[in-house]
Amino acid sequence: MIVLGFFLTAPMGIGYMEHKVLAHMQHRLGPMEAGGFHGWAQLVADGVKFIQKEDIIPKAADSWVFTLAPAVVMVPYIAIFAVIPFGRTLWAENLDIGIFYVLAITAISVIGILMAGWASANKFSLIGALRAAAQLIAYELPLILASVAVVMQAGTLSLVGISEAQHHYWYIFTQPVGFFIFIVASLAELTRPPFDMPIADSEIIFGAYTEYTGLKFAFFLLAEYGGIVAFSAIASVLFLGGYQGIPVIGHLIPGFFWMSGKVGALAFFIIWLRATYPRLREDQLQRFAWVALIPLALADIMVTGVVKVLVK
Amino acid sequence: MSVQEITFVIIAVIGGVSAVRMVTSRNVVHAALYLVVTLAMVGAVYLVVAAEFLAWVQVLIYVGAIVVLLLFSLMLTKAPIGRDTLDNQQRGLAALVGMGVLAGLAFLIQDSFGGSKPITLHQATTEQVGVTLFRGFVWPFEVVSVLLLAALVGAVVIARKDDPAGSRRGPDRRAPLRRGSEATRR
Repeated sequence: MIVLGFFLTAPMGIGYMEHKVLAHMQHRLGPMEAGGFHGWAQLVADGVKFIQKEDIIPKAADSWVFTLAPAVVMVPYIAIFAVIPFGRTLWAENLDIGIFYVLAITAISVIGILMAGWASANKFSLIGALRAAAQLIAYELPLILASVAVVMQAGTLSLVGISEAQHHYWYIFTQPVGFFIFIVASLAELTRPPFDMPIADSEIIFGAYTEYTGLKFAFFLLAEYGGIVAFSAIASVLFLGGYQGIPVIGHLIPGFFWMSGKVGALAFFIIWLRATYPRLREDQLQRFAWVALIPLALADIMVTGVVKVLVK
Repeated sequence: MSVQEITFVIIAVIGGVSAVRMVTSRNVVHAALYLVVTLAMVGAVYLVVAAEFLAWVQVLIYVGAIVVLLLFSLMLTKAPIGRDTLDNQQRGLAALVGMGVLAGLAFLIQDSFGGSKPITLHQATTEQVGVTLFRGFVWPFEVVSVLLLAALVGAVVIARKDDPAGSRRGPDRRAPLRRGSEATRR
């Protein structure tokens, strides 16, 4: 229940953050009216607006698949929140294979995007869905390989176990390459700029989501922001010590706030990149994954393995 | 019936119905989506028998990778968009092969496990799976990885465009295409 509640509120916080951060980076104010103080209720207003919109299903669309797709995209991200530890005892489920479960579950949302793109019966949607599938498959590999190096160092797959293993130092100091690969691959998995080729608005309107309106479209947006929270949370657990605080003053503040702070900081970083980098071209994007990131991740695993054996 | 058995029956019914729907539906994309449900239900069966690691491997490999590739290649080639259908005329033969496989499997499973007592389940941790894999089965594991490597190299060889065999086939549309792409790269 708490997990579901968190899933429904945190993405709205990130959405508001994106509005404001992007606006200020572009020397604008962003939402200022809704709710009074600096437009804090903008996302609530957006939600109400989405509910009021007409729910259109195109005549040529495959209505069942079209309707199911938003749920297939969103549910995996809700399921991830079940295993993320927000404190030493604050988690819904401590799975023995935590990180593996997370990586397996995220792979499902690709099917949702393909369903959305195909069922829309629209060439832009189909092109967007195919781009999304190609990108998500390509960047899933570095994502998994980067996590493998961390798992090897921690000696456990459990997310709580990985957080506990970083009691003395965070893994960003021992796995900086892994952290870089993981963040880049997560950006691509979320199809966020600079990896937003699948929804490139100047070429293919809005990719697989072009035909969606109202609540169904809101589901996709929720999945995107939920995805930012989820990937930030996983990156915090894997590389930034999760709920572990910094030495000396770490014990003064509860783990929940450390974890939330790290998630917020990473989400800010992800939004920051959107305001900074232009979109990659499709072939550059694929080449970067297969030629640069995957060999780098494999080398990272090898070095981690050698060091682990030598230190032992 | 225990809770486990009831869960198994529910999962088996869903999986079985979607498997039948997969082969009977006229739309290839629908068939692939029913395949997703069937494979996910196989994963759920693994969960029911407490093989957690295997269950998520099933989801990651089959649902996350193989079906996605299947859907991807279908949509890239000849999947009809929207409500159009695509069908072939192999029904009789397909039914025959399907029945044959079913009979064979039923006989094999009955033959191997029919008389034996029910096995008591115990939760296998990932640690145990890892230890078993890398202590007891390390050679088969390595042999499989060599096999996969060979398949990988084979796929690269097949997919390579600029092989000398291409020029032997005489002039084709590739040559101007390549020049064009080089020009854009500059």
